[in-house]
Amino acid sequence: MPIAYIPRTRELYSSHTPYRWAVNETVPWTPLRKPLSSCKLALISSGGILHRDQPRFRREDTSYRRIPKNAHPSDLYIWHFGYPTADAQADPNCVFPLERLRELEAEGVIGELSDPAFSFTGGIYSSRKVREELAPKIIEELKAARVDAFYLVPA
Amino acid sequence: MTSALDITQAVKPPRAVFLNFPLGHQTGKPHQPELQRRIVREALKCFETIARPGEIVELPYVWDPNDRTWEDRDYTPGFMPRRPTPVEADAMEAERQRRYR
Repeated sequence: MPIAYIPRTRELYSSHTPYRWAVNETVPWTPLRKPLSSCKLALISSGGILHRDQPRFRREDTSYRRIPKNAHPSDLYIWHFGYPTADAQADPNCVFPLERLRELEAEGVIGELSDPAFSFTGGIYSSRKVREELAPKIIEELKAARVDAFYLVPA
Repeated sequence: MTSALDITQAVKPPRAVFLNFPLGHQTGKPHQPELQRRIVREALKCFETIARPGEIVELPYVWDPNDRTWEDRDYTPGFMPRRPTPVEADAMEAERQRRYR
């Protein structure tokens, strides 16, 4: 039974100003023009992943981190206080499946895994800031890397 | 991907894959690479199979066939450890940075 996260979020954060959920009327659409096995794919995570000594995230932080494609799992750290992170800290592939994607690249399921992957924290109260400050910068990097598709994984 | 179906239905991304797992486990369980691989592989297949903009495909995996109580607890008051204070967060950060000196 899917959980209704909107009412649960309202209750969990009831001491805050009520959150204004993004509600979109239309669906953007670009058809996939080649098979996945020919595509360059980027991994993007809102789970708050850091690599080695990259600086931590702060509240309402619209910065993001570049995570090297070949990062070793023991060099990945989770900095996020909006979800239970113990399992992701033990095995980052729970929310940031970088190793699994490297394997799928080697098997030819995807054409290429883009380097780097990207991560930020999803706990940003202002969706305007995400739209206007965070997303455009990542989009610019994806375009420069000539990525065909991106795999957005939340925590 | 999403584990929050109601939020995704409001946002309307071009393509979405819904997996009903607890928060913090969107692509599987720790140290279970076969499950993780199946989830990721099937999610990626949807790039090719989703033809209707806004379609949300549900993956068939069940977190625990013998226990669904997690669904009552997820994202309710008390389900999370307390957020660290700024002093505690600074100490955690200092400890992490020490590993790389």
